[in-house]
Amino acid sequence: MQIPADLLTKIDEAITHYPASKRSASLPLLHLFQEHFGYISEEAVIWIAEKLELQPINIYELISFYPMFRKKPAGKHHIRVCRTLSCAMAGSYELRQKLCREGKITLPEHEGHGDPITVGEDGRFSIEFVECIASCGSAPVCMINDDFYEGVTQEEVPDLLSKYQ
Amino acid sequence: MPAPIRRKPHPLERRIVFANIDREDYTPDIECYLRHGGYEDLRKAITMAPDAIVNEVKASGLRGRGGAGFPCGVKWGFIRRGGPKPTYLICNADESEPGTFKDRYIIHQDPHQLIEGMIISSFALDVHLAYIYIRGEFPEGAKILEKAIAEAREKGFLGKNLLGTGFDLDIYVHRGAGAYICGEETGLIESLEGKRAYPRIKPPYFPAVLGLYQCPTIVNNVETLCNIKHIIALGGGAEYAKIGRPNNTGTRVLCVSGDVVRPGYFEVEVGSVTMGQVINDLCGGLKPGRKLKAIIPGGSSAKVLRADETYKIKEKAADGSMVEKEITINDIVMDFDSLAAVGSMAGSGGVIIMDDTRDMVWVLNNLNAFYAHESCGQCTPCREGSLWMRKITDRIMAGGGVERDPDVLKNVADNIAGKTICAFGEACSWPTQSFVLKFREEFQGKSTKPLPPPTPPEYVSEVLIGEHEETPKALTGGVAE
Repeated sequence: MQIPADLLTKIDEAITHYPASKRSASLPLLHLFQEHFGYISEEAVIWIAEKLELQPINIYELISFYPMFRKKPAGKHHIRVCRTLSCAMAGSYELRQKLCREGKITLPEHEGHGDPITVGEDGRFSIEFVECIASCGSAPVCMINDDFYEGVTQEEVPDLLSKYQ
Repeated sequence: MPAPIRRKPHPLERRIVFANIDREDYTPDIECYLRHGGYEDLRKAITMAPDAIVNEVKASGLRGRGGAGFPCGVKWGFIRRGGPKPTYLICNADESEPGTFKDRYIIHQDPHQLIEGMIISSFALDVHLAYIYIRGEFPEGAKILEKAIAEAREKGFLGKNLLGTGFDLDIYVHRGAGAYICGEETGLIESLEGKRAYPRIKPPYFPAVLGLYQCPTIVNNVETLCNIKHIIALGGGAEYAKIGRPNNTGTRVLCVSGDVVRPGYFEVEVGSVTMGQVINDLCGGLKPGRKLKAIIPGGSSAKVLRADETYKIKEKAADGSMVEKEITINDIVMDFDSLAAVGSMAGSGGVIIMDDTRDMVWVLNNLNAFYAHESCGQCTPCREGSLWMRKITDRIMAGGGVERDPDVLKNVADNIAGKTICAFGEACSWPTQSFVLKFREEFQGKSTKPLPPPTPPEYVSEVLIGEHEETPKALTGGVAE
């Protein structure tokens, strides 16, 4: 697997944060890989395991446990909408539907645990219903990539999405 | 990023930890912090003996702000200085209890306050390596903290021989990845070790005995660590203890969400406001024409309070004797002990208000979905039970509720609480237990089919729903007809 030099620098820097155990760097490395490649591939799992002197299963078990890591690419821009109580009371289910309509995303009929991310037809957006993202006082809230938006109304959705081409 | 919504403090508030939040003229950089007296308390703390700082924290009566309300000084007291193993400090910034949103603002708007609190704590506990475990959904917050740490290091407040004391300290930011269970302190430690966040078996009850890498470790909430700085700033534990009420000292950031006119965060002296004041004064009351129905007072795991309930509490009379008094929901004082006395908890300070348009079955179904998603899967009762509860409330919502469902729900919940490694078992069963107990008529009203539930309880049985034409409430924002 080809790792660009700047990513490698960040990886080596991250490992130094954990002088007592290299294994602690597995979450930071997974974040770095996902930020760079968009998802965690099988190759990446093996590479990280080797780098940290672990078995690949030690990395696999993290990807299957922590909801933020994905095994396949999301859309170009990934939308996370909060699903939990305060946001739901403020209309996050309706917000998600509106985001799907405007972002050309068709939700599957049966949504299960296995694959929470739905990618739109043109790949520009993907959407995921996530649990509480800790801004209940300004519900409903969503994140687009790393940007956070609070008190999002249905009317704002077209403008909001137009920022992400 | 859009500009944050800024609001002025309410007259009932006493802002200490949130003093700089929402100020127009305040920025998160170190220059601004230094202009406002930043790191002066650290300079004061390093002239004190470390044990003296621990004693001040003990004297302050500060209780943990994460949820359990354990006295911080007692936790710190478990640490023996100069042992053969290093001691670690971890700041729990995994804020993920639904209804809670205080740490977000401290991290985003006043990060140096937290870092100063951490340096003072590390100095007191002889910690040379500290971590901030921040939830993965705060990428911006993680960047702000990393920048703040770099600034503090550049100014000599961190690193080798900080401020010429001969004391070394490094702080690193560690990002989580979306798992609620990482808020449990031993789960957090496992996660920081690079493993799945499976909470550890107790005893030892405290990571202070065996924590990160099997070394003594203190895990404190963001708000708790900020308060350490203010204990020093106010001139010691005795001064700090004058704020609030006995055994409930200091201030508390209440996070209010749900059906009120002005939801938001309010820092008040612990016990200085009642539930009625929170709703009517701090939050501007309920929306016009609505009536209060229910309140979850301390994060989604806290037991729900019903608006028309009365509570019998014991209170100290003027002559020192204990008298029994009957109070309504509006009279409940917002502190640790009072909320415990009415059968719920102050928890993380997240208050969720629900008015008479809300369907309680829908609310519980929403929470059950959360807990089913977040169970770490380690203990069978919780892994299976949380999903069963979700399936049952799903089925009731879809019109397939059978007569014995309320009892089955209670039975499942009763068989989780107290039977798991960590407190998630209680956290996921308390909502179901309390909602079914207090709003039984709503659950019973929707569970009218005489058929037995399908076994094993599967998602929405076609047989049960077929003859019942009801729009799933999930799509209507939980508003009852």
